Amino acid sequence: MRDTLTVNELKNKCVDLKKNVVHMIYKAQSGHPGGSLSVAEFMTACYWHAMDVDPKNPKWEDRDRFVLSKGHVCPAQYAALAMKGFFPMDVLETLRKEGSILQGHPSSKHCPGIDISTGSLGQGLACAVGMALAAKLDGKSYNVFSALGDGETNEGEIWEACNTANKYKLDNLIVFVDWNNLQLDGTCDEIMPLGDLPGKFKAFGFDVWEINGNDMGEVVKALDEAMAAKNGNPKCIIGKTVKGNGVSFMENQVGWHGVAPNDEQYKQAMDELDGQYVEC
Amino acid sequence: MTFDKMIATRDGFGDEIVELGKEDKNVLVVDADIGKSCKTGAFRKELPEQYLNVGIAEQNCAGVAAGLATCGKIPFVVTYAAFGSMRMCEMIRQEACYPNLNVKVACSHGGVTPANDGASHQSIEDMGIYRSIPNMTVIMPADYWSTRKLVRAAAEKHGPVYLRFTRDKVPVIYDENTEFVIGKANRIRDGKDVAIIANGDTVRLAIQAAEELEAQGITARVLDMHTIKPLDVEAVQSCIDEIGAIITVEDHNIMNGLGSAVCEVAAEAGKGKVKRIGIQDQFGQSAPYERLLEMNGVTVENIVAQAKTLIG
Repeated sequence: MRDTLTVNELKNKCVDLKKNVVHMIYKAQSGHPGGSLSVAEFMTACYWHAMDVDPKNPKWEDRDRFVLSKGHVCPAQYAALAMKGFFPMDVLETLRKEGSILQGHPSSKHCPGIDISTGSLGQGLACAVGMALAAKLDGKSYNVFSALGDGETNEGEIWEACNTANKYKLDNLIVFVDWNNLQLDGTCDEIMPLGDLPGKFKAFGFDVWEINGNDMGEVVKALDEAMAAKNGNPKCIIGKTVKGNGVSFMENQVGWHGVAPNDEQYKQAMDELDGQYVEC
Repeated sequence: MTFDKMIATRDGFGDEIVELGKEDKNVLVVDADIGKSCKTGAFRKELPEQYLNVGIAEQNCAGVAAGLATCGKIPFVVTYAAFGSMRMCEMIRQEACYPNLNVKVACSHGGVTPANDGASHQSIEDMGIYRSIPNMTVIMPADYWSTRKLVRAAAEKHGPVYLRFTRDKVPVIYDENTEFVIGKANRIRDGKDVAIIANGDTVRLAIQAAEELEAQGITARVLDMHTIKPLDVEAVQSCIDEIGAIITVEDHNIMNGLGSAVCEVAAEAGKGKVKRIGIQDQFGQSAPYERLLEMNGVTVENIVAQAKTLIG
């Protein structure tokens, strides 16, 4: 069953998700807050609007799939999975700890709801293509959602996977590019300019949406249109986002790629997020 | 033993994969534009709905296969050994081995069998690379019939498997009734003076060397160690305990492959002498297949000479 939340309810769900992201990275004193926050709206819209999943039966064969190709932002997906009931909320505090199901990068062998292990950049999209292809081979109607980092598109395998998605007419594949314009060593423009990223995906045969990826209304609208367009073309939603979105001192800061907040920063971040709930 | 019939083991794969595909629609071939060379032509023709070709994109090929495997498919990624081990190595590690998915990497052109193609296409590192990745099974069958049996066994076993075949024709050693079990060596003949443990296209050399030694009054046990991971430790241990002198023979670098695996058992047992015969940690060149083996001492004559030296 898909959830049917209003855009404002989704916005509040996203604030909850972001608080869980900050909380678990703070507890772990390790992790990647910046990208976890910039992808949060897409993650929320997938789990509480677009995707049909069953937390009681994580391997249900007709479920929609989610492949977090930018695996280092798994706190966002872990938060979503816990909030959906795939595992208890207190498990979030075990992130990156010995014996935890919440590995530093997602592991399908450890964590219910993770459809495939990721973490080595550039590889997840090909796996998502394989899943979407399996649906076509089996005549099933599930969709496969995959979140990519902007820097991750530096990897050649991404474009190999795009070719395959186009060849096999995978209109059940919905890719989101989290274009926050920051990668580990600096800005995308400085490290490896992305050029006309929407044009590149169009050239590979994708239907492309360019949106504000931190605007819940725009994310939901793009997802609805992408899911409705069963025309043989794979889908790409390019979300212009802000790395660290929702926490002022993390926003657009390359330094918040892979650093955990200290006590004071944690408190400020949670206070700021608490102020972002909207009236429903 | 006379070798009157010669067939490349890639043909054994090509024949068996069609049978498997007909029996189970979840068995898929995922080609990377060298299907014709890897003998998937019949599968492509007879089972087009189970056949995929992702073009010259091995990394993606591995990832697509992993995604398919999460959905209950049994994908056989098909390419040359050099590319199937090195070009897609990390993708197979991360997306097939780490999640322990049912992906089979089935490669032709193992060892120096792509002889005229030169060093770029010869694969002397592949089995060692895959041997060091957890969850992976590593197999090189010796002939047509063992290839058919081991390809079937790989399809029936859950988890990632690397299979390596020859480009060139090799003698048919077994008949179609011989049984093969992954991880269990096949004893081709027994002897008490020296053990010759070989796999793939060098099993024929081991058999010929044993015959030559017998003519000289030395009896040799010959093992076809088709699976180097998991290694049949028990069979190696028996060679150490019952014979004590072991020659390993492989069309692979003497580092990290069959020879190394056998040495590890002997070293930990604290007894047994081992001599490794294989590619001498050097790149090949365009040359006839038998010449390339000869340049590395992978010959019947050298096996015989090393055996005699070893047993003094």
